This record gives sequence, structure tokens and C-alpha cells, in this order.
Amino acid sequence: MSMTNNPVDPARVSAEKEIAGVRGPTALELAETPVSPRERLGQRLNGGLLMALVVLISLLWSVPTFGLFVASFRSGAATQSTGWWNGLVPPWSFTLQNYQDVLSAQGLGQAFLNSLIIAIPGTILPVLVAAFAAYAFAWMRFPLRDWLFLAIVALLVVPIQMTLIPILSIFTGLGITGSYLAIWLAHTAYGLPFAVYLLRSFFGALPSDLMESARIDGASHVRVFTNILLPLAVPSLASLVIFQFMWVWNDLLVALIYIGGGDRAPMTVTIANLVNSFGSNYQVLTAAAFISMALPLIVFFSLQRYFVRGILAGSVKG
Amino acid sequence: MADVRFDHVYKRYGEATSNVISDLNLHVRDHEFLVLVGPSGCGKSTALRMIAGLEEITDGDLFIGDRRVNDLDPKDRDIAMVFQNYALYPHMNVFDNMAFSLKLHHLEKPEIDRRVRTAADMLGISDYLARKPRELSGGQRQRVALGRALVREPKVFLMDEPLSNLDAKLRVQTRAEIAKLHQTVKTTTVYVTHDQVEAMTMGDRIAVMNAGIIQQLGTPQELYDHPSNLFVAGFIGSPSMDFFNARLTKSSGGAASVVIGDGADAHTLALAGEATREIAGQATTDGRDVIVGIRPENFSLAGDSTADTLRGVVEVVEHLGNEQLVYLRIPGAVVPASAETQGSTARLPANARIELGQPLTLAVDTSKIHVFDPATTNRFI
Repeated sequence: MSMTNNPVDPARVSAEKEIAGVRGPTALELAETPVSPRERLGQRLNGGLLMALVVLISLLWSVPTFGLFVASFRSGAATQSTGWWNGLVPPWSFTLQNYQDVLSAQGLGQAFLNSLIIAIPGTILPVLVAAFAAYAFAWMRFPLRDWLFLAIVALLVVPIQMTLIPILSIFTGLGITGSYLAIWLAHTAYGLPFAVYLLRSFFGALPSDLMESARIDGASHVRVFTNILLPLAVPSLASLVIFQFMWVWNDLLVALIYIGGGDRAPMTVTIANLVNSFGSNYQVLTAAAFISMALPLIVFFSLQRYFVRGILAGSVKG
Repeated sequence: MADVRFDHVYKRYGEATSNVISDLNLHVRDHEFLVLVGPSGCGKSTALRMIAGLEEITDGDLFIGDRRVNDLDPKDRDIAMVFQNYALYPHMNVFDNMAFSLKLHHLEKPEIDRRVRTAADMLGISDYLARKPRELSGGQRQRVALGRALVREPKVFLMDEPLSNLDAKLRVQTRAEIAKLHQTVKTTTVYVTHDQVEAMTMGDRIAVMNAGIIQQLGTPQELYDHPSNLFVAGFIGSPSMDFFNARLTKSSGGAASVVIGDGADAHTLALAGEATREIAGQATTDGRDVIVGIRPENFSLAGDSTADTLRGVVEVVEHLGNEQLVYLRIPGAVVPASAETQGSTARLPANARIELGQPLTLAVDTSKIHVFDPATTNRFI
């Protein structure tokens, strides 16, 4: 067992010794020197058990989604009579009927478009505003800076439900309830505390010498922000964009309150209405859920490549 | 080109009562290469960052040229700074790193090109202009950082320990190159370091700082020959000066001498040369406690002579090839906090046979003795 945990090829050890030209123990031999039973147990736990645990959790986590996926390809009759796992047993009788129903008959196409119209500005606006704010909180000096930041972070604990009625009455007073503008503003406001908090910690971790160097080179704060900070903050912005986009895309409550049903309703609202109008006819819902899921997945995988490590490499010696 | 003048400058952080920098008065002359040197936390970097405009000045005035710059933004001060960790813009290539500030100052494209290429030639980085910082070695990165400052043609260069991230060999090379560079461009330079060797080799003048106060300002030779207090004496020179508790005595003829050690260990050194003249002015000298400083190179093997000698036990011997450093335990020795080495050190010829644990008698060049007042730690004048 210990050999499988720490495989050492004797030939390689002696070869390394020759290359190094030393008589003392090589690094590999030192690694092979006896460890206490406790340490060995720890290594084994790290290797085997942890791996098994991760696989188990991932599988458990995926079961509902997988069930949903299978159900979305089964007919209404089958879904109502048996559980989704029966669909896995041959003879298979999968169908695309649910997807056809959803996309054509139920008008989800318009809802998909609405979701995009809501989610794209609902992501860009808060991220942009938060980036400005986070830069100021991280790199500018002004009175009460830390107190203001604390106040913004404190907003994280305010439950969204508390704000629905006051904000709705403000929006109605402004005459924008039910418009896209209302929900853009709402998502921007709800997203900002977390976004500012996240970006400030990212920005604050950048080496201060870089900003100072740019200031000395003659850059104003706006220049430092656009020319130095933004290019370096791409990974943090990408992660924030993913968070915010998912949150807006999957949001039902905020859309329901400020837009309601009708022409501008996003997918979440439309899907929720499917349940009401179809009652227990939930196989259509499963297909709708997968259509709704598709875009966040695309966003996630397309932004994934920006999570590159070492974007700061070569800038400062650390 | 311009001079830099600190006029009664203070720096305090927040509500703190203690000053990081107290009553700093310093005039960096035009074209001068001035080194601020001191142990970490002595305020040297803070002083430099105040010139750059990165730290606010609590009290006092700072002038660059004829202009009071206290409230001026860094970008309006016409200074360039080289940071310890280079602070290159990682997403720009070398050319853009160097051209960044020129573009911000709306220079014509051909002029930008000319300046960057001239600086790159001077620094030997012309081949790397298209590379990103991460594709460069540490030494090349530091050259780019220097080049970025050079292209600006600023009034003042500020350098914050620019060599301390380089390996020893590269540090010596770059040290010489920066000195050469300064002789070419002659821009006023303020250079911060904790390394007294860098200070001695590069500075036209050196300001030794400790605890936010300039201890002494002078040429390297002045600092070495006439340290004004114990701190400077211990800080400048490597290995450090050796210090001894001693008593000052004057014979009836007026000749002064110091006695190191007590009883059987007592050794008398008759002062000669400069030290004598300095002491002669002191009215009440007889029996007075003093601290005597002797540089390691002012020791030699005594042979049979017993006059003007000290005796100690050898603890460590370091052979350097051209000489050997001998660390001894000599009765009466004291070690100030600023000293690099513990105990007493003597630089002796490489060919002398010296054994560990051996008692050794050393002759002292009594014309090179430094005498300090233990109460004030200042030099006797």
C-alpha cells in the first residue's frame, strides 16, 4: 500500500544521484524515509478517501439534474405513471415532444429574449458601477471611506423581501413599474453590495506599487482604472459577471414584482406560469428548465478561460 | 533638473503621537546623487515617498526646484520613481511600459519612439522591447524599470531599494551601471537603501537616518573617517567598527590616552594624530568614561611589542583569500545596536597563522581611534 502511495523507481533514484553527483540521500530518498503512522494515515486519507468523497458528493449532487434531464425526454403519460428512473430501462421511448411544445406553443421564445434583455444590462450595469466603487474604496483616499464601505457591506444582510414594497412604490411613483428600466435598476441595486465587496477585495490585493507607479507616470485615477486596473482585473470581473448573470437569469421574485407577467416577463416567470396552467403536467416544465439552463452554462464555459492564473506574473517580484 | 529641499518636515500617521519623521531638513543639490541609508523602519522610504507625493506631509515644506510641492499630485511633480519590486505593468510589453507615461504626456509618436529606443540602448534591453515583463529575468525587469524612469527625463529620480531583489552578482553589476547612468544623465537622484555598501559606493553624499532623524549627512569618506555619533560609526563600514568601554586620562604633559579594561586586563592606548587634537579641547577629561571605536583594519599583529595593544581570545576566523577576518573576545568590548557584527573584529593579513581559542595581541593604529561620549553617544569634538 505504501508503495502505491509513494512509488519510487530505484533506477530513477540512482540516476538522479549520478546526475546530482552527491553521496548524500537524494530528495527522492528523503521523501521515502519513514514517516510516522499518523502521517501515513493522513496521506492515505488525503489520497483515497478524499477522492471517493468528492466523487460521491458530485454524484449525489447531479442526481436531481440528471433525473430532470431524463424526464424531459419522456412523454407526459410516462412521467405521470412512473418515476424518471424507469425511463432508463429498455425498451427506451424517448421523445422530443416536450421541447417542441415548450418552444412553440407556450411562447417561451419571447420569454427567452426577455430574459436576455433583462439579464445583460442587469449584469453589465452593476459590475461596471461596482468596479468604479471598488476602485475608489481600494485606491483612493477620501473622508469616511472605511465607514462608507462598511455601510455598503452591511447592506448585504438586508433581506430583499423587506425592500420590495418601498421600492415598488417608488417605481410606481416614477411610472416605471413594469418596464425593463425598473428591473435593471432593481438588479443593479440588489447586486451592488456583494459586487463592491467582492471587487474591492480583488482590487485591494493588486500590488500598490503598480498604482503608485502609474500615478507617478502621470496617470489620473480614470487612467489608472482603465489602463492598469481593468486589464488586470479581468479574472475577478469574469467571476463577478458569472455570479451576477446567474442571479439575474435565475431570478423569479424580483421579475415577478417589478415586471409581473405579460409581454416582458422573463423565462423564470413564464416557466412558473406553466405549472399553474398545466397543473401536474410537469414534463413540459422539465424541458423548459433545460432550455433555461442552457445559456448560463454557455456563459460559464465561455468566461472560464479568463480564470487564468498568474496574470500578474512578471509585474512585481513577490 | 532641480534640487530637492526638505524644510522642517514632519510625518505622523493618523492620530499617532510619535513622528515617523521629525524635523527633517535636507537639501539635495542639483545633479547630486544622494543616498538615504538606515535600518528598516528608520523613515528613509517615507521621506522618499513624500518627495514622490505618495505620502502626505504632516508639517513643514517640501520644495522641488523653486516650487513648493506639498499639495501637488504625483503626476504634476515631474519625478520618476524606480520601485524595489519593479512595478512593471504586466499586461504591456517592454516598449509600452516605457512609453506609457510619454503617451500620457501627449508626446509625438516619433519622439516617444526615439526616447524609448535611446533608453533601451543605454540599458541594453533593445532586443526585448516586444516582450512582456513575465518573459524577462529579474535583472532585465529592473532595467526596464530604470528605462521607464529614464525616458521621462524628469527633474528628479527616486529609487527605492532598486537592487535588493537582485542576486548578489547582479546587484554589484547594476550598482555600477546606475552610477554610470547618473554620470551620463546627471539627473538629481535620491536613492534609498538599507545597504551601507551601496550607499558608500554610489552616493555623492549620504544621509544616514535612524528613528526618523538624519544622524549625519556627508560624503562617504567623511562618514567613514568622522562618524558624528555611535550610530553612524557602527552603521558605516563593513565589518563594523569595534567599540570598547574606556577611561580617558591625561598625563601632566597633556598627552591623552585611553584605558580599556580593568585590573590585569587593562590596556592603555596613547592617542595620536587627529584624536589627540580633538581631545585636547576637552577641559575635564581626566578619568572620564568614554566609548572608543576602532575599525577592524586599524588592528595589526603586535609581534613582541606591548605598547598600544589589546589582547583577546580568538573565537572565529573567516578566510577571505586576500585577508582574514578574526572575531575576538576582548575585555571591555561593547556592541551597539547598529553594528553588523557581534564582538570585536580584526582584519588581518591572510598569511598570519591564527588558531581558534588562541590568545592574540593586536597593535592598534592609535592615530585612527574614534572617541565617543557614552551619555550623548556623540563624537568628542
